[in-house]
Amino acid sequence: MASLIRVFGDWQVAEDALMDATERALVRWPRDGTPDDPIAWLLTTARRSGIDQIRRASTRVRTANDVALDLTLRAEERQDTPMQRDDDTLRLVFTCCHPALSREAQVALTLRTIGGLTAEEIARAFLVPTTTMAQRLVRARRKIHGAGIPFRIPEGDERAGRMSAVLRVIYLIFNEGYASTQGDTYIRRELCDEALRLCEVLCGLVPDPEASGLWSLMQFHHARSAARIGANGEPILLADQDRSAWDHSAIIQAHTRLMTVLTSTPAGPYMLQACIAGCHCGAATFDETDWRQVSSLYLALLHLQPTPVIRMNYAVAVAFDRGWQTGLNLLDGLAQELTTSHTFHTARSQLLERLGRKDEAITAVQTALRCVGDSIEQRWLEQRLMTLTGATA
Amino acid sequence: MQYLVLIYSEDGPNPTPPTPEQMKGWFDYTKALKDAGVFMSGEALLPTSTATTIRGMGADAVMTDGPFAETKETLGGFYMIDCADADEALKWAGLCPGASYGSIELRPVVQFS
Repeated sequence: MASLIRVFGDWQVAEDALMDATERALVRWPRDGTPDDPIAWLLTTARRSGIDQIRRASTRVRTANDVALDLTLRAEERQDTPMQRDDDTLRLVFTCCHPALSREAQVALTLRTIGGLTAEEIARAFLVPTTTMAQRLVRARRKIHGAGIPFRIPEGDERAGRMSAVLRVIYLIFNEGYASTQGDTYIRRELCDEALRLCEVLCGLVPDPEASGLWSLMQFHHARSAARIGANGEPILLADQDRSAWDHSAIIQAHTRLMTVLTSTPAGPYMLQACIAGCHCGAATFDETDWRQVSSLYLALLHLQPTPVIRMNYAVAVAFDRGWQTGLNLLDGLAQELTTSHTFHTARSQLLERLGRKDEAITAVQTALRCVGDSIEQRWLEQRLMTLTGATA
Repeated sequence: MQYLVLIYSEDGPNPTPPTPEQMKGWFDYTKALKDAGVFMSGEALLPTSTATTIRGMGADAVMTDGPFAETKETLGGFYMIDCADADEALKWAGLCPGASYGSIELRPVVQFS
């Protein structure tokens, strides 16, 4: 797909051409046998189909443009090496994640074009009607074409910023599958797998330590996925998870990858988050968690990303390391910024409970309930409220 | 490809005239566009208090005093530039002095072949 877009400079033509080539393959391959290089076969067939399409679309006689296109295509067929294909994929990744496109469009385009998901699958994953998703994709392609968004790999100063945009899109895809408990579970799992696969492809194309950091981070999270949701779909806190249900070979893979990049560079935000996830995954029990290490990693992360949510996580880590009151004091300093965050109120209620301040803990859970949108988390909070009030009664 | 760089900012009833330093910023920017060979044209506009809006033609024509829409930020000037692609155009749009206090909208120009 990537090389077709580069050649034709038009997404719709490229997509139709590939579809056509695939249909022909379905007829031809079972009859004549699979060609030696199936990808090359598909590309050649798709290119011819694309040219036909362009010719059909224009009633004019062969112009200089057509001749030029023909010549490029012939040259292409000779030089279409695996390396060339990798470069095309990378170009396409950067185009899909171009900052002139909306975040939603970036995610949708990446899943459609690089991930190969259908508009319907993406729509189901993001809980929007298929027509909405299809329109979003069409609009994004029109903008790429109309605004002249180039199909190239950014270089120099531009590269780092554009790379972080790509990583953000991948992490967004992962989180969409991982963090929310709504919607089709099968598709959600697909999103996580897809994000990991995309990241793996990216790591293979550009040696970027942060890309490896992100891969490890997602792998650590993914390794715990079987243990984090209960039989009735309710979330299970890290402290209560059955650690034997974690995927330990995935955890080892994540550790190994992370170690190779940690030695060479100062850690970026994804690497630090991966280190934190690694601390949790490396602890045999919740009580054995190295909270000192976790809190110092959060502190390092705070220097790079001074956001209220990271400060909240830091406060919780400090609470486990240096005492509930110290953590609560830090947490209370964030009350204004995080007043609508149910996670914040939930964290507060837990620290208050540990300090034996039950009434305040109950009030905090009630506040959290008012902020929560997700129905499963809502049920979980209601249950917690019952436990707490039951204990006081 | 040709792009129109639209410069929007707040224009109050009594806009403060630009300082010599600000003017130098604009002159330098225009010169940089010319040196790079991307400049096609560029003008500054008087405030929207001087604008007249016409809707309809002939007998249906209605003339109103003021801009077509009352917005906080208004069009204050533009550049027309000719660039290879959106990345080059976005780079130049980002360097426009207006970006430091207002918004720059980049619009590709339709090419009729």
